[in-house]
Amino acid sequence: MTMRELDPKVKIDIEEILQDLEHYRPPRKGWTWREPVPGGYKVGKFHYKTMTKPLARSVPLPAAKYFDSIDPQPQPVITTEIASGRFEDDIRRMRMAAWHGADHIMVIRTTGQSHIDGLLEGTPEGVGGVPITRKQIRASRKACDLIEKEVGRPINFHSYVSGVAGPEVAVLFAEEGINGAHQDPQYNVLYRNVNMYRSFVDAAEAKKVMAGARIFQIDGAHNANATAKEGWSVMPELLVQHGINSAFSVAVGMPKDLIGLSTVPPCAPPAPKIWYDLPYAVALRDFFSEYKMRAQQNTRYIEADIEEATRTHVIDTLISALTRADIQSTITPDEGRNVPWHYNNIRGIETAKQTLVALDGIQELVKIDRSGPLGEMVRDLKERAICFLEEMLETGGYFAAVEKGFFVDSGRYPERNGDGIARDGKGGVGAGTIVPRDPDYMAPVCSHFGHNHLPTGVQKACDPIDGCTLCKPEKIVYIDELDPSDTCHVRLEKTWPYRKGGLIKPEAEWAGDGTMLLQFFLPEEIDVARVAALEIAKKMGLSDPEVINAQVMHPAEGTFLEVKGKVDIAIDKKTLKIPPKEVMLPEEELRAAVKQWGLKVVAATVGEDEHSVGLREILDIKHGGIEKYGVKYHYLGTSVPVGKLVDAAIETGAHAILISTIISHNDVHKAMMRKLDELCREKGIRDKVVLISGGTQVTREIARENGMDDGFGRGTKGIHVVDALVKIMRKRGL
Amino acid sequence: MTDTERIKKFEERRAALRALTDDQLKARFWDLCQKVVEPLVELARTHTSPSIERAVLLRMGIDSVTTKGVVSRVQEAGLLGKGAGHVVLKVSEKYKTDLRGAARKIVDDPACLNGLFRR
Repeated sequence: MTMRELDPKVKIDIEEILQDLEHYRPPRKGWTWREPVPGGYKVGKFHYKTMTKPLARSVPLPAAKYFDSIDPQPQPVITTEIASGRFEDDIRRMRMAAWHGADHIMVIRTTGQSHIDGLLEGTPEGVGGVPITRKQIRASRKACDLIEKEVGRPINFHSYVSGVAGPEVAVLFAEEGINGAHQDPQYNVLYRNVNMYRSFVDAAEAKKVMAGARIFQIDGAHNANATAKEGWSVMPELLVQHGINSAFSVAVGMPKDLIGLSTVPPCAPPAPKIWYDLPYAVALRDFFSEYKMRAQQNTRYIEADIEEATRTHVIDTLISALTRADIQSTITPDEGRNVPWHYNNIRGIETAKQTLVALDGIQELVKIDRSGPLGEMVRDLKERAICFLEEMLETGGYFAAVEKGFFVDSGRYPERNGDGIARDGKGGVGAGTIVPRDPDYMAPVCSHFGHNHLPTGVQKACDPIDGCTLCKPEKIVYIDELDPSDTCHVRLEKTWPYRKGGLIKPEAEWAGDGTMLLQFFLPEEIDVARVAALEIAKKMGLSDPEVINAQVMHPAEGTFLEVKGKVDIAIDKKTLKIPPKEVMLPEEELRAAVKQWGLKVVAATVGEDEHSVGLREILDIKHGGIEKYGVKYHYLGTSVPVGKLVDAAIETGAHAILISTIISHNDVHKAMMRKLDELCREKGIRDKVVLISGGTQVTREIARENGMDDGFGRGTKGIHVVDALVKIMRKRGL
Repeated sequence: MTDTERIKKFEERRAALRALTDDQLKARFWDLCQKVVEPLVELARTHTSPSIERAVLLRMGIDSVTTKGVVSRVQEAGLLGKGAGHVVLKVSEKYKTDLRGAARKIVDDPACLNGLFRR
């Protein structure tokens, strides 16, 4: 029953996770926040104000290599949404996401699940999300249990308690240790056309069940600014929607620390975003100071350009840092062009992490100035929200207001554009299905809301049945599959070659999907470029090519294009020749050899090339260069003729010549290498000196093809060069 | 109410808020929110739905497929207002079977619900 711990070098075994699921119980329940570090987090050269307990294993930001590979973890929980329709593939993405710093994994449900009156079972394939079933969430939770152990921080697993089966889904989530869920009856009414009375009656029960299992709740108000034509106009209404769900949740017994507001900065560039988003964020946090903030990035204005989305998301995250976010949710930046791909989840997570780390403790440096226009705008929003509520009550309350189209109207309250979403109390999915409870109504279970006529003398609601599933989990009934033709097992069999069979095939969402992305520029106007791009992709052998992004660089001069397509190429791993990794000699051994030979080198940047930084880093003791290991060097500077360098080597009796060649225009770097080799031969010293070249475009292969003994590219340190020198000299029998 | 009237009313409401401090404004907001949700909470306290009843049965250890059948039968018999869990408990007592057996009986033989609550 207990599974082996994950090995960072080995892929997670989906088949093993699916074994013995029937008996799997979640080891813990409820939501978890990140752990603060008392006194601030000290790591490397930095003392952070708000960073939390670090991960045991992670992938840091790319620039971390310049900062001792540190990977500080910001205070907000970071969310990523993963739901490709096949949970068995999503599990691998969850692991990647956790390594990059996500600890809140949200699974969107398959299209139409909110209108299914009851629970689904088994593992059918989903569309635009995953069919939420016991088996699927149990397997995913089990995988998260393994992954959280691997990274050393709890993962909050999250889905949706909405639609006409809300109470049942809530019970399922409570039983299976789901940690967070969306629950907002207004969402059902406005966006899913669930009958309004049914939606609120169900919500009370669902919320009570969630509270009992300490499932964190996120509301659905953000959908108003994702739906309204002018997302930034509905701000007063957003305050009202948050207020209704929060007040309703508290009234049915949910503690405030489990109630989160889903809030999105409603505007985006080219609008002057901060003039809308900042006052809104401040007003919201003023009114809802006792509630948690789940800050989401903007989706309303995402287009096909990933970079544009990312830039907007950075500013969204800045708003979080300037105000407050308990959870920072991310949007995969490719959402505007396709169902999110694996690596774009990671991009989204990194956008949040990078921004929040950079802005650590910003509130100690920068204060919100309420004395100027911001204060007025904040006050204006609050007053409009209050007037909205007053008008609602005067109209006859919530249901009457919905019938009159108060909500999601794109006008700035009190203005109305008449495009609000109006619903009929007698209509919608599940209309006419609520029933008054009789005086002797009874439900002999825990976490039940409302009138419940239990037998006298009962201590606990579930005593009459000797314990409910929330108290006695062994009573939970596990159903494996209902339709044997549509299961993860059938799908896993098909993808086996690409997961375990040694075949390597590109993938974006699902194992073996073969999806690839091409990025290129065509010197044509956009309409021509789009058509030409498809022809190019077809000639490259891509099937189902599709232009997913085209951006005008100039109306006549050209277009940047991104084309996706599929390849049916799989590489057999066995046929690959993987170059062995250089095993470095121990540092003491290197120092001893250097000392024994009195190793001396001459070095310069050759050609008409003024770059000096890279070579200095290889040489100087200050940068951990070769000097640190005892090598004596003679540095001749930049733009040094090769001949001068060879003469210096002869004069000083150097064992090696190090050249730096940064400029590679017209392959001048290769020409320099060949020239050095030839000159050393002419002077008869080639067998006495080791020739090494370095530079951003240099590889070992290029260097050796052009007469060098070795070559180094980006990321090289002095010790790599010393290691090569010692090895080459030993090989020559020195 | 015409739009012009609504806007005029809004200006009146807003004028009345001018004197409030930020804290009073906040208190007013929450007071109104509570007033809005009160009848909603009362509706939920006194009503039930098929999903709530299926969720009760799930907690009683009955599988999701059977809960659908039971709640349909209970609805057809006009007994949802008693609580489906209550009905299953009664059937299990009357026919001396466990809860799962009672649930199955209701699905297979809805006639067992006749007269269940008659004194």
